[in-house]
Amino acid sequence: MEFIIAPLRYEFFLRGLLAAILIGSLCGVIGVFIVLRGMSYIGHGLSHAVFGGAVVSYLMNLNFYIGAGFWGFISALLIKRITKTKKIGADAAIGIITTASFALGVALISRVRRFTRNLEAALFGNILGVTAEDLYVIAAVLTISFIAIFLLYKELLFTTFDKETAEVFGVDTDRVDTFFSLILAAAIIASMQVIGVTLIAAALVIPAITARLLTDSFHKMIILSLLFGMLTAIAGMYASYYLNAASGATIVLVATFLFSIVIGVTEISKTRKKKLV
Amino acid sequence: MRPIVEMLDVSCIYEDLSVLHGVNLNLYAGQFAGIVGPTGSGKTTLLKTILGMVRPAKGRIAINDGDRPVNGRRPGFIGYVPQLEAVELSFPVTVEQVIMMGRYGVMGWLPWPGRQDRKKVADLLEQLRIGECAGRHIHELSGGQLQRVFLARALIGEPRLLLLDEPTSGVDVNTQHDILHLLGELNHKGMTILLATHDLNSVAAHLPWIICFQRKVIAQGPPDKVFTPEILRLTYNAEMLVIREGRFMLMTHATPLLHETHGHGRPPEKD
Repeated sequence: MEFIIAPLRYEFFLRGLLAAILIGSLCGVIGVFIVLRGMSYIGHGLSHAVFGGAVVSYLMNLNFYIGAGFWGFISALLIKRITKTKKIGADAAIGIITTASFALGVALISRVRRFTRNLEAALFGNILGVTAEDLYVIAAVLTISFIAIFLLYKELLFTTFDKETAEVFGVDTDRVDTFFSLILAAAIIASMQVIGVTLIAAALVIPAITARLLTDSFHKMIILSLLFGMLTAIAGMYASYYLNAASGATIVLVATFLFSIVIGVTEISKTRKKKLV
Repeated sequence: MRPIVEMLDVSCIYEDLSVLHGVNLNLYAGQFAGIVGPTGSGKTTLLKTILGMVRPAKGRIAINDGDRPVNGRRPGFIGYVPQLEAVELSFPVTVEQVIMMGRYGVMGWLPWPGRQDRKKVADLLEQLRIGECAGRHIHELSGGQLQRVFLARALIGEPRLLLLDEPTSGVDVNTQHDILHLLGELNHKGMTILLATHDLNSVAAHLPWIICFQRKVIAQGPPDKVFTPEILRLTYNAEMLVIREGRFMLMTHATPLLHETHGHGRPPEKD
């Protein structure tokens, strides 16, 4: 019991744990849509794009969340627009927009030659340095995203499954995609200060694909992915405390470990079923 | 009464390629018609143009309810069954969930279906004889069962007009027969049906009206009037043989058989 309670005596750990749980749940749910839309790379790309916006907002003395948020949303819309041409796939569109934006951020930093806490945290994450303001932002993004996903669940499911036919059945797929871009950008901005640009993709994708291995039902996949996101965040935070390693990295490693176990078990049970047949 | 679908000189261009070229076509309420033509002849684009998914570069298209034009996207007016090749079968949804999608336009704001919605799905599953599949994942189904599932999704909105893209592809002869019979029953109950297919022989046996299509309407009419070597040559740009035996017709390519021209591929003859 002491093993669990000891780190909770530190306020920085408690705040970090809470942030990690909220982000784990948020990324877990959004990750399901990302994985099923075949856009696993978007988390990685968009977080890099948002970094460009973070640097620009810093140089213009704008609030980090406002500058990066605006930049992230515009990047997501540009990706959506380029993909619409059909000659360019989503992966290539993500590659163009996001690396260019990240490059702009790097170029601007190399001219200024100084990092702030915000910019360093954006790149590598700083879960133990989470402030009360960060927690409020994460909680607000999570609440708004979950309410919006609840209200647009049917449209999101149909658009993700079969966008073209969804339109015929009266779903405004453009509106659904724009809304999804908005909550994805918001989730990435809320998460990047905590786990860092480089690890967001894993937080979005691993819980969702682990859940996919265990169920053939869409809503069960969402619930499992949310649970995996939360549980790996908790286990990762404790691993970080006891192993004295970076928290973002331990969360991702715990999630990868869970994925390895699940894929191992499901493959073994599949082989056994085949042998029985 | 105006036709339910009215197309006047409709042309569509996709990436500088003319896919539809001056299409004039009227489909009347209560008709059961099949569009036939080779791959790339624009059958799918024609369906998508009627559905409003493809915007014509030229011409006029109207969807009418009696004498007044309506928005084809009005929930419940047009039902659509896409090609199964376009469906992501590994997607984590059950049969029941797929069919329920057809009711999303009329369901309330809550994400889960009500008792009425569930009953409608259950009734339709029974009507289409796939009741045992309700809770199964879509990748566990046979081609025929899948066709019925997507047909059920289109039918749950009780559409006036039903469009189907290759509803008999990838299924065996018996299932083809079953599906076309089922569509015939729906048509008898008053539904207007237009389907695109490659399968000349099946539609010749089951459909009362055929539209031969090659970027535009080459000919239309009952199968025995339309399926002639001349019209099929214009449609397929190939010599076709039409064999008539009583009420039945069989269409096939008239070129020499492959094993006769190449002379190999057979097991060695015994001495």
